[in-house]
This record gives sequence, C-alpha cells and structure tokens, in this order.
Amino acid sequence: MDLVAAIIFQLVYGIANLALISLGLAIIFGMMRVINLAHGEFLMLGGYTVVVATNAGVNIWIAMLILAPLVVGIIGVIVERLLIRWLYGRMVDTLLATWGLSLLLIGLVTSIFGASTATTISPPLGIIRIGDYSASGYELFLIVVTAILFVAVFATLKLTRLGLVARGTMQNPEMSSALGVSTTRTYMITFGLGAGVTGLAGGLLAPVTGVLPSIGATYIAKAFITVISGGSAILAGTASGSVLLGGINGIFAFITGPTIGEVALLVTAIVLLRLMPRGITGRFFRKYL
Amino acid sequence: MTLSRRHFVMGSTALALAAPASIGRAASDNLKFASILDLSGGLDIYGAAMAVTTKLAIEDINAAGGLLGREVELQMYDAQSTIQFYTQYATQAAAGDKADTVHGGITSASREAIRPTLARFKTLYFYNTQYEGGVCDYNNFCTGSTPAQTVAKIVPYAMKKWGKKVYIVAADYNYGQITAQWMQKFVDENGGETLDVEFFPLDVTNFGPTINKIQTAKPDLVISALVGGAHVSFYRQYAAAGMMKEIPIASTTFGVGNEQTLISAEEGNGMLASYGYFEGIDNPQNKEFLARLEAKLGADRPVMNELAIRSYEGAMLWAEAVKAAGTADREPVIEALRSGMSYDGPSGTVNIDAQTNHCSMNVYIGELTDQTWNIKESFVNQPPADTQMVCDLNENPNQSTFLFENGLAAAGIK
Repeated sequence: MDLVAAIIFQLVYGIANLALISLGLAIIFGMMRVINLAHGEFLMLGGYTVVVATNAGVNIWIAMLILAPLVVGIIGVIVERLLIRWLYGRMVDTLLATWGLSLLLIGLVTSIFGASTATTISPPLGIIRIGDYSASGYELFLIVVTAILFVAVFATLKLTRLGLVARGTMQNPEMSSALGVSTTRTYMITFGLGAGVTGLAGGLLAPVTGVLPSIGATYIAKAFITVISGGSAILAGTASGSVLLGGINGIFAFITGPTIGEVALLVTAIVLLRLMPRGITGRFFRKYL
Repeated sequence: MTLSRRHFVMGSTALALAAPASIGRAASDNLKFASILDLSGGLDIYGAAMAVTTKLAIEDINAAGGLLGREVELQMYDAQSTIQFYTQYATQAAAGDKADTVHGGITSASREAIRPTLARFKTLYFYNTQYEGGVCDYNNFCTGSTPAQTVAKIVPYAMKKWGKKVYIVAADYNYGQITAQWMQKFVDENGGETLDVEFFPLDVTNFGPTINKIQTAKPDLVISALVGGAHVSFYRQYAAAGMMKEIPIASTTFGVGNEQTLISAEEGNGMLASYGYFEGIDNPQNKEFLARLEAKLGADRPVMNELAIRSYEGAMLWAEAVKAAGTADREPVIEALRSGMSYDGPSGTVNIDAQTNHCSMNVYIGELTDQTWNIKESFVNQPPADTQMVCDLNENPNQSTFLFENGLAAAGIK
C-alpha cells in the first residue's frame, strides 16, 4: 500500500516535472509558432539566477519565485526585440536563429561561470514519509506550484484583456492590428511571458538538478516532444501531453528501468503523432485553451 | 585494384589535411603534442580540469628546456562532448598536424572512437582516464585506474562498513555496463549480494522511480557509476528524499568531475570513493604541485582529481620516455615506456606495466566530509590485474583491441 502511494506520488511528480519544463515552450512555440531551440538555455538561465542570487545572500524563495522569472523574462524581451521579431512567420529561420542563440548562451555562461558551477542550494523543505518510503517535500511543492502555474496562465489568457489580445493577435495579426492593437508590443509581451514562465521552471528545478551551462540539452527534447504531442491547445495540450508521456515514462521506468522508460516515452510520442498528426488536442479537448 | 568512392574521399581528405601541415613542418621543428578533450557540452565537468593540467605539463616541460633541445607545441582540440568530433580531430592530429603523441578521450566511447584511428595512423596515444579496463593495444597507454585497482578496493571496504546487500546504479554505455559487471563480481567474491543493477542514459534527470525502487529493495548500500552533469541530479534527489543518511553511497565516478562541489556539504557527507588520486595525498610532489597550481590560477583553481592529475602525469611519462629514447619517433618511445618507465608525480609513483601498457599505481579510498575528500586508506603500487588477466603485449605486441567490448563473460572472466 505504501509502495503504491509512493509510486503514485512519483508518477505525479514526473508528470508535473514534464509539464513544468514544457509550459513556457508551449506559449512560445505552441502559441507564437516560434521554434525556440534556446528553451533549454532559458531554463538554465533560471537556474543560474537562483544560484547567483542565493550565493549573494538573497532568500531562496525570493530568488526562485520572483528573481528567476523576472530575469529570464527580461532576457526574453531583449531576445525578442533583437532577434525574434524579424522572424515571425518564418518557422525554419526561428529554428536556426534560436539554435545559434542557444550556443551563444551556453558559451557566455561557460565563460562567465566556468564549465561546472558550485551549487550549494539544497532543496528547502524536509522529507515526507509514506510508511516505509520517503520522498522530498520539495517535490510535493513542485507539484503544487506547477498546478498553480497552470491556473495562473489559464486565468491570464482567459480572463484578462492582455490574454484576450494576445490570443487574438496570434490567431490573426492583421485583424488585431486593424482593431488598433499594437501587435509588435503584444508579441514582445507574450514572448517575455513565455520566457518568464520558463525561467521560473528553471529556477524551481535548480535545487533538485545540477546547474551547469549545458544542462538545457537534457530538457529541450522532452519539452518539444511534450508540446508537439499535446497539440495546439497550450494548456490542455501541455497538460494532456505531460500526463500521457510522463505517466508512461514513470510506469515503464519503475517496471523495467530508466532506459526502457525513455524508449517507451519516445515510442508513445511517435505512435501518437502517427495516429494524431496534430497532437492530442487536435482530436480531443479541441475547444480548450 | 578497385577504388571505391569512400576510399577515394578518405584518401583525398587525408591528402588535403596533410598538405598544408607538411608545408608548416618545414618552418618549425617543434615536437607536437595534441590533446583532444571535451571542453564544452555535458562532459566538460571532466574535461576542463584535464585541460588545465595538460597545459601546465607542457609549460613545465618547456620551462625545463623542452625535449631533445626542441620546444613542445600543444595543440588543443575541444570535442564538445560529441563523438563525431573525436574521430575528426584524431584524424586531423595524426594526419594533419603529424602529432608526436595524442592524449585525450574522456568517456570510453570517445576512446574507442579515436583509438583505432590513431593505431591506423601509427600515432602514439595516451588515455589518461580511469576506465573499465580491457584495452590491449601496443600503440595505446592507459594511465588511469581500472576496476581491479579501485572497485576491488572500495567494494570490500564499503561492505565491511555498511553491509552485504548492494544496489548498483550506472551510466548506460560501455563504461557503466562493464564497470557494473566488475562491481557484481567483486560483491560476489566478498560474500555479498547484488539486489539489482540499473542503467541510466546520460540525459536522465528524474531519478524518482529509481529512488522508490531502492527504498523497496532496502539494500545496505548503493554503489554508483553514474556519469556526467545530468546524473548529478541523482545525488541531489537521493539526498532530498533523506536517503543519504539511511542508505549510504559508494562510487567509482563521483568526484572525478568534482561533483562534490555541485551538491551541498550535508548532501555529500559520508560518501565513499576510490581513485588513484585525492588532493589530500601526503607527499612533497603533491604539495608542491598544488601550491604551484594555486599560485598560477589563484584560489579559484579547479579541484584536482584523478583525471586531471593523470593528464599531467601522462604527459610527463611521455616526456620522460622521449628523453630516454633520445627521439620522439613512435617505436623507440613506446619501447622506452614499456621498459618499465616510471614517474614520481603528485599521485605517487606511476609505473608502466609492459604486459598491458597500463599503469601500476597507488590507490586511495576517500570519504567525503564538507565537500573535501579525506583519505581513509591507501594501497601502494597496485597492478592493473583486470587487464593482465586477458592481455599480454609481451607475448604478442601486435594487438589493438578492446577485450571487454562485449562484457566480462565474453572475455572469459567469470
């Protein structure tokens, strides 16, 4: 019984983990159609923000929940102004440009902080016990934060004027422009928002993973697979993609080991996209956001 | 004779690479020392420190007047944690630069990518990394420690300290797979029991399911051969789940990427590792070396580990052999090395074992306290007994194989 509870907890954590690293990409790629290959590096920058800030004596919660999204969001806005805004509607060009950006960011961070960085941030919060099993309280916290983040993004897109304008602009920029919306500003804010969400995710993951310049590479593929499997609906797509892929990965990883777990994740994604080329939300939950 | 397109392309590439270099050679008569390491990408946690000590070794050699009255020129290649670059740079170093020796390769996969290339080009190759053993190659000197030197020491030590039931986690490529077999063998020989062995692709960052499985299996200790930046997550998540205090970890890889500085002090306390070098070694060469490194690079200098120190000592062994042979030509240098060449470096005395082209060396067991390794036990002049079981270059020098490629059973080790 304890084992079942512990496994379910790990499954939920695996799903939340996938959702957390993918949400920012869903906004930038799913919504804006910009193939952001620097997504992993945005996560990495979020992690570095937390490391640098906590080393400078900032409270870890402030560093993770406020500084990380803020700093990466600002970097996102700068990147959008300098690079991305010339490339809207040219998907393949965004791919090349952001790939270059990703190499640049890795190089910059390596030259500033060195190839391996001292992270002395331990996961705050203690241990939760489930009978014979124990898990990190911080993992529970991450699950909760991911849920809150989804609700917050949903509320922003659905209930605020900014969200309405953003969704309208992404669907039909000419019409939005004709209605008096500054589309360039909307693009900039949306990209910044996506980067900010990614930075928050990177910051939150800093205490449980290593913070290295090259760590982004381990996230990028999974984030893209999740978002593409999810389909065009940002939140429903990311959530359903994470539940399906994270669930299958977790179950197989537990039964057979991590190698087969990764294989199962990829096979599922391939079969899924063969059957549903437009992702899960291309067929189900179509009306959802 | 049939000329296939591939042969034509290979031949003409080699020609194109060789042509400018042969023009350059007329102008300079320096000895060429090529280094191929991962200085970026996921494996740079190992490569960065190795590059620092390689540079230092070449500077030291030149400061002492060079070799045979000639200066040694260092050519560094960054393979960017990509195997394909290893092959490319090895070809360039051998055919293009006409390097007198190539040092490098970090993972066993990268070694196996360049070792055959360098054997084909007859360019002397040094692999200065601790690895799973089993390379039997006249052209290749493996100076790092192997399982019979380290795993054989740490397994009984950790089992005596913590108990007999062992859970093994390892990286999913030839190093991890073969090292895990050695671990099982040594656990067996010491009367222990291996509960389970798990392998992880290098980019896995979520170790939750594994931690649950370890909690289910309830071993007395975990032995790890995890590799690379992403796998650091294992130690962090293991510690976050409160497991470090319940089921301790011994490792044959933790520390060579200076992972102890990537996790916090309380997360790492009590971990055991075994290598051919720790900074705490008490000998004058080591103290002098560390002082010099600190004077040169300041307090931010990288922490020294076996890979970094052996990169220095490997370069020095080559230099000693060139001096002894009186030439940098491959054959006489190899013979000089195989005549039992030894070097007194920071790690103690390192001896080349002619039977295997590996090294006999001192081996140490260290325990982590507040991010520093404290030496608990030392073993003097340990031979590479694993490779000696299967390889005899004295009898048949004409070999260039990796005997453990298909595992220990296939090599006849039970």
